[in-house]
Formats: sequence, C-alpha cells, structure tokens
Amino acid sequence: MKKTFKNQEPIMKLNRIKQPTNILFNIIFIILSLVSIIPFVFVFIISITSETSIRKFGYRFFPKELSMIAYEFLWNEKDIIINALGISVLVTVVGTLVGVILTTALGYVLSRPNYKLKGFLTWVVFIPMVFNGGMVASYVVNANILGLKNSIWALILPLAVSSFNVVICKTFFRTTVPDSIIESAKIDGASQLNIFARIVVPISKPVFATIGLFLTFAYLNDWFQSSLYITNSRLTSLQALLNNIQKNIEYLANNPSAGLSIQQYVSQMPTEGVRMAIAVVIVLPIACAYPFFQKYFVTGLTIGAVKG
Amino acid sequence: MSEKIEENKRRKVKRKKWTRDDTELTLLAIPTFVWYILFSFLPMFGVIIAFKRYQIFPGKSFLYNIIHSEWVGFDNFEYLIKSKSLYILLRNTIGYNIVFIVLGIVIPVTLAIMISLIYSKRKSKVYQTAMFFPHFLSWVVVSYFVYAFLSYDKGIINTVLEVFGKEPVQWYMESKYWPFILIFMNSWKTTGYATVVYLASITGIDPSLYEAAVVDGATKWQQVKNITLPSLKPIVIMMFILNTGKIFYSDFGLFYQVTRGVPASLYNVSSTIDTYVYNALLSSTPIGMTSAATVFQSVACCITILLANWIVKKIDSDYAII
Repeated sequence: MKKTFKNQEPIMKLNRIKQPTNILFNIIFIILSLVSIIPFVFVFIISITSETSIRKFGYRFFPKELSMIAYEFLWNEKDIIINALGISVLVTVVGTLVGVILTTALGYVLSRPNYKLKGFLTWVVFIPMVFNGGMVASYVVNANILGLKNSIWALILPLAVSSFNVVICKTFFRTTVPDSIIESAKIDGASQLNIFARIVVPISKPVFATIGLFLTFAYLNDWFQSSLYITNSRLTSLQALLNNIQKNIEYLANNPSAGLSIQQYVSQMPTEGVRMAIAVVIVLPIACAYPFFQKYFVTGLTIGAVKG
Repeated sequence: MSEKIEENKRRKVKRKKWTRDDTELTLLAIPTFVWYILFSFLPMFGVIIAFKRYQIFPGKSFLYNIIHSEWVGFDNFEYLIKSKSLYILLRNTIGYNIVFIVLGIVIPVTLAIMISLIYSKRKSKVYQTAMFFPHFLSWVVVSYFVYAFLSYDKGIINTVLEVFGKEPVQWYMESKYWPFILIFMNSWKTTGYATVVYLASITGIDPSLYEAAVVDGATKWQQVKNITLPSLKPIVIMMFILNTGKIFYSDFGLFYQVTRGVPASLYNVSSTIDTYVYNALLSSTPIGMTSAATVFQSVACCITILLANWIVKKIDSDYAII
C-alpha cells in the first residue's frame, strides 16, 4: 500500500486539495466525531454524578459532586444484573453459532454450480427478501404455533438467518473458493460435509468473521424480540432490562433487602444514576471492542454488493 | 459476463442423474431450509388471519381457531381504511422514509468524498472510527442518551436555555420539534456507517483515472464530478432500491424508543405503521385488523421494490439488483 503511494507521490502531490480546505475538512470531521461520541461521555458522567447534585442542578457535563453510588447500587443488585448479563451472553453466543452455521451452510450449497436443487433453493432465499408475512403473522406463528413464548429460543431462532447474509456467503464462496480444490477433494472421496468443514471453512475466514459479527451485534443489541415474547424475569437480557427500567425503575427492586418495603427501598435508590449506569454497562464493552471489528462490517457489505 | 457464458456451457453438459453429491448438499441445506419454512414461509400463510374474523373456541388450539374462524373478505381492510389513523400512519411512515433516503445518500456521499481528500490517512481513520460508533448502539441505549439532553427538569438543553433566560421546553410534549429530532437522530445513528461504506468504494477507484485527469489539467472539483461521483453510482443505486423497498416499514426503535413509547402528545408526528401494530399487538385490538395493517405493508413493499427495480432496469439494466 505504502509503496504504491510513494510512486504516485510526485503527480498526486499536485492533486491535493488546498491547505485551507484541508483544515476546514478536518474541523468539520472533528465536530462530527465529537457529536458521535459525546452523548455517551455525557451519560457516563451522569452515572457518576451524585444524586443530590442531579436533583439540584440537573444533568451537567461538569458535576459539582461525584459519587459511585449508582454502581454500588448495581453491585448490590448484582443477582439481577448478572442474570441479565448471563442471558445476553448465552443468547449472543448460541445465536451467533447457530446463525453462522445455518447461513454459511446454505450459502455454500447455493454456491455449487452443478447442484440440482440450486434453482429451487435460490427462490426459497429470494422470496423472503421481497415479501414477508409481517409482524403479526410472525408473532402468531412464533408464539402460538411454535410455542416460543417465554422460551429462550424466541430470542435466538427468529434472528438466526437472513437472506441478505446468505447471499453474502454465496457470493463469497462462489468467487473465492476455486472449484478445482473441491473437485479434487471429491475425487479423493471426501463427502460434501467434509469438504465444507475441512476445506471451505479454513479458507473463508473473512466471511465467517463478517457474518459472525453481524449476528453478534444483532443479538447483543436486541430488545425487540424480548419485549414481544418474554415476560419471565429470569429470561430478561440486559437490553430488555434497560427497556423495562425505562418504564419503571422499581423493576430493579424486586426483592428489597432487610425489612424494607419496596417504597422505602425505591425512595433510597439513586434512580437517575442507576438508569445511566446500566446504559454504560451495556455500551462500554461495545465501545472497547468495535474498533477492532469495524473493517469486517464494511467488507461484508461490499462482498454483498457484487451481483451473484 | 464470462461467468454467464460459463454457466450456460455447464448447463449444456449438466448430468441428468441425481448424484451422491446432490444428496450430500441437500442434507447440508436441510436445517436452513427448515428454518425458512418455519420462520419465513409459515408466517406468509399467517396472512389469512387478515381475511378472517378471528374467534376463540374454548379449549381448542390456535390452529383450529384460525381454520374455523369465519371468512370476512376485505372487511378488516375496510375497517382499517375507514379509521382516521391510517392517513397519519401512512403519511409519517412514507414521509420520514423519503427524507431518510435522500439525506441517507446526500450526507454520507458528501462526507465520504470529503474524508477521502483529507491529507492525513491516520486522522481520517480516527474520524471514521468515531463516527461509526453510533451504529453499534441499540435504540434503547440511544433513547437514554436523548433523554439526558431533552429531559424537562434535568436535561442539558433546558439548562442551557435557562442560562440564556429562555423558558424551558417540555420536549416530550411538544410535537412541533419532533420531526427534526427524529430526522437528526436517524442521521446521527446511520451517517457514520454509510460514510464508511461509500468511502470503501471511493478507495476502490482506479488511481490512474485521477492521474490522467491531473495530466489533462482537471481541477479537484471536476475530478469529483466526473470520476468519483459516476464511480459511486452503482452502490448508490443499490442502496436506493434497497431502501425504497422498505418505504412502508419504519425503524421501529427510532420511533418507539426515542420518543419514549410514542406518548399521546407526539402521536401525530411519531406514530408509524410499525408502532401502531406493536401497540395493537400488545393490547386488545382485534388481531384481524392488526394483521390487515401488516399485510397491507408487506404487499405494498413487495410492489414498491419490484417497481423501483423495474424503473432502474428501464434506465440502465446493469444497475438493477434483481
């Protein structure tokens, strides 16, 4: 990359934008970057502002008084938080695994040019892209016919496959896995399952990373499935917890400690800080991790853009 | 093109017999196929609820209830059309989507071109990463961010207004501000991602094109107009078709979470087909009518995406996606 850049340097140096324009563009992007990041910083500051300071002055960027009470409170309620975290992690891990397997398997099958049912399966994948039964019909089928209400599978299965991801996989396998490798493996007597698992998977890491990350973030950020199908508090994920708390903060105070009534307990709660603290608990891991995965999100889309 | 010819050749020599290979591939495809049947095609038959008056027969299964409910033809749709809310729902859903589609192309394309022209590649990476951040947040989390700014008694905007001696605003009660807030929040969340995607296609443009342009004495602006923009056309058109296909759908999280559950005061400006259906689903509204709304949505979308694709195909068949 650097080498080619050097070769072009003499001619391309003339082709740069003017210095003042460059400065102007930089300033615009610094502002846009700050606009993207600052709300999170602000919410973090609120979560470590003391409750009295919030009551007196409202939310401030530079609070008069700091306190960790919101996080201490969350620590005391760690049963609920850890349970929700556990559900989130479980759903994300299982969902991503199931989703990646289902998506790539069909993508691989569709990428085989001589497969007899290729045309039929292509339609199976294509039709849902332009037509679907709609939210009500899906809800009715999932809740009443498949019996997924209050089941952890309601959070996992409906999100596992999307036609868009299948097409990305199909295009990737079609364009990057050479037919000759597969043919020679077949001559050696390997079954298609073997070929897929032993040959195709190891040389297709980028597409697995892409689909895996799409799914990971979809599961991690999902609250919608939960709000439709889950009423059992043992199955509440972190996002769903945050969603429920938005409606009433008392949700957290399910089992107040040592002889306090719920009202007393709630009145002692650092309510403002706690809401924001949970948001921080959700976002912080994402904020730390996403810069490393960012590039896969773009490659995924550009692979999909190639007509297959 | 060459792929197509090859494929035609293959078709000619296609073996007629079902081989072991086909069996193995079918086995590999079956789990996903079952998923499609259960979660995509079964709901498609669920649309018949919209043409029935759903009745509950005590002690019977749901399937039995559907099958034995009375057919009512288009009654549910008629009821939906007569209710006043349909006009508002359609206006909001389509109106916001048109604004989102236009801004979702104009702003990111402009920013992508600008960011590609910045001298320092390292700085440009930092900006991209920062602007990408909102893409990874759920609307639930974002709604808390918004609340920190808009809360009546504690929000930072009202605090600032008071410093300037202005009256604080009941943000979640005043509908006139919300079209702007919703449009701003949608841009806030989606611009970074779209910018990076368009930038990826800009970096893929052959640099010799620009070199030739420089030799010919083209200005930077002429290069953008005659090289960069035409090169972006395919991906812009693809995004356009995909988004037009979703014009009857709304980003449920945006409208539901950011407004904190579509309060009555904001109903006129922030309710869309999806928020309507969601609220109806979790309340006691007859399921046939709710279902009619979603069937209408699916059919309308199906027509729009095919239409958009057809129009693009008429203009230039290379750019159509189907």
